[in-house]
Amino acid sequence: MARRLHGLMAEFDDPGALVAATAKARAEGYRRMDAYSPFPIEELHEAMGAHHSRLPLIVLIGGLVGCVSGFLLQYWASVIAYPVNVGGRPFNSWPAFIPVTFECTILGASLSAVLGMLALNGLPMPYHSVFNVPRFALASRNRFFLCIEARDRKFDLDATRRFLETLGPREVSTVDD
Amino acid sequence: MDPNQPSPVIAPGYTFSSVTDKISSIVLARRTPRGWYAGFGIAFLFVMLLLVSLTYLLVKGIGIWGNNQPVGWAFEITNFVWWIGIGHAGTLISAILLLLRQEWRTSINRFAEAMTLFAVACAGVYPLFHVGRPWLAYWLLPYPNTMGVWPQFRSPLIWDVFAVSTYATVSLMFWFVGLIPDLATLRDRSQSRAGRVVYGMLAMGWRGSARHWHQYDTAYLLLAGLATPLVVSVHTVVSFDFAISILPGWHTTIFPPYFVAGAIYSGFAMVLTLAIPIRAVYGLEDFITSRHLQNMAKVMLLTGLIVGYGYMVEAFIAWYSGDLYEQFVPINRMTGPYAPEYWSLLFCNIVVPQLLWFRRVRTNVAALFAISLVVNVGMWLERFIIIVTSLSRDFLSSSWGMYSPTFWDWSTFAGTIGLFLALLFLFLRFLPMISIFEMRSMLPEAKVEAESE
Repeated sequence: MARRLHGLMAEFDDPGALVAATAKARAEGYRRMDAYSPFPIEELHEAMGAHHSRLPLIVLIGGLVGCVSGFLLQYWASVIAYPVNVGGRPFNSWPAFIPVTFECTILGASLSAVLGMLALNGLPMPYHSVFNVPRFALASRNRFFLCIEARDRKFDLDATRRFLETLGPREVSTVDD
Repeated sequence: MDPNQPSPVIAPGYTFSSVTDKISSIVLARRTPRGWYAGFGIAFLFVMLLLVSLTYLLVKGIGIWGNNQPVGWAFEITNFVWWIGIGHAGTLISAILLLLRQEWRTSINRFAEAMTLFAVACAGVYPLFHVGRPWLAYWLLPYPNTMGVWPQFRSPLIWDVFAVSTYATVSLMFWFVGLIPDLATLRDRSQSRAGRVVYGMLAMGWRGSARHWHQYDTAYLLLAGLATPLVVSVHTVVSFDFAISILPGWHTTIFPPYFVAGAIYSGFAMVLTLAIPIRAVYGLEDFITSRHLQNMAKVMLLTGLIVGYGYMVEAFIAWYSGDLYEQFVPINRMTGPYAPEYWSLLFCNIVVPQLLWFRRVRTNVAALFAISLVVNVGMWLERFIIIVTSLSRDFLSSSWGMYSPTFWDWSTFAGTIGLFLALLFLFLRFLPMISIFEMRSMLPEAKVEAESE
């Protein structure tokens, strides 16, 4: 079976080298690439060309939806569907509805934070080409990887490999798709 | 070492690989330690005791417990509040200390969060079974039904349903999100096929991409920001169960802050109770250092003083209110039938923790362990006193009555402690008890010099 190429992957020893390599690759004109590290590195995301996360907006919307629907649920239940006169208190006794409204706000916002993060990251993802590189198992331990993908316009198997070799990696390997 | 220098958060000399291997090897070791079997076995016996107690409860009804008019709430609510309170330290450590950039939280947050989940599970047992017909407990939830009725949203008990279920959900999500990168580590390092498949499914294909980490950090920070007001609201709502009523001794505005402080106090005591043996047994003194224990002791001292202030204000307001029944409450507590419990509560919660002012005590692991146990007992007594003294002697002396626990009260309580410990043992065996990726990012070699432009 002929294998298609996903890209070329360079392996580094320390986070500083990966950040520097990523910045150089970007300066060289590569765009379709991803860097992999065993812990979050703020500088790395900047070196790849930072994009603002849309997650805070999603969480805000989730929180507002939770807030409004939490209050409306109580209003509808206590005023319209099942009004119960408790000692002459108003049916819409909104101060008493605040705790549940608050909890629903937090629930809506937290659910959208978690599900939104997973969705934006495309998780769960049962298969990804980078796992075809046996040494990539170390990306969750102590090694740092930069993968320039074959779909990048500037990608050329030999030229890109030569470029990656100049960054001082431990090893450069091809990634099968 | 200079005694005036705080000890480090991680002992020196660790690298990315050694941190990873040390923590993951506890989970990935093929042989389960004998001590684990012994500990889990004992805890499991108590889980069986819980099952027997709850089954007997279902057969006979809640009359097997000692609570009866006028003391309709006793052990089950005491234990409910106690467990929920214990859970709060986990959220405090993982969320509030994250926002305050307290780096020392890193090595204790994972198992403190697990502790939160298991404590909430234990707490949930009580209201669920105290409703008398637990198979109808879903009536607490608002859902369209053929009876045409809806929950009473003006009742703090319904607020409690929403607060506790939201808290359980958010704590579970927070814990799981924190676990994802570590599950990927376990997937990549597991030697067995079963391990690779199970951890692989749970890790959901996490590969540590920089783009993913960015979203991940944003989500984690937002969750921490959401969990912080949540944890305060949960114990506030729990205190509303009492404060909204008109019973003397319950109807006070000091309850919400004093309950929240008490929750953190008892929770940190429980974290210490668990952390001290765990670090000794698993040899994790390099990660959970004397610094962590000392910091937790300081938080305990502070929250303990807030709780002490709460007791004082409670007594002062009772006197100052001019209300005969309110004035009777503190006198009844100090001299009434539950006076021994009241004075032991003051001894456990106010007197003993004053030892924590001394550095020699804070650096003495055995002393800290003993104090944490005393505080756990004290905080349990506090809830018992609040609930039972007020109910047993309220307005009319003709309707006074005494409460004393039965065997089944005790066995259910012991059973939930067993459930808590059994879940904790399973957690220690199958999941990394310390966040591996956060430990990596704390190492000196994780620093990136500004060499890229």
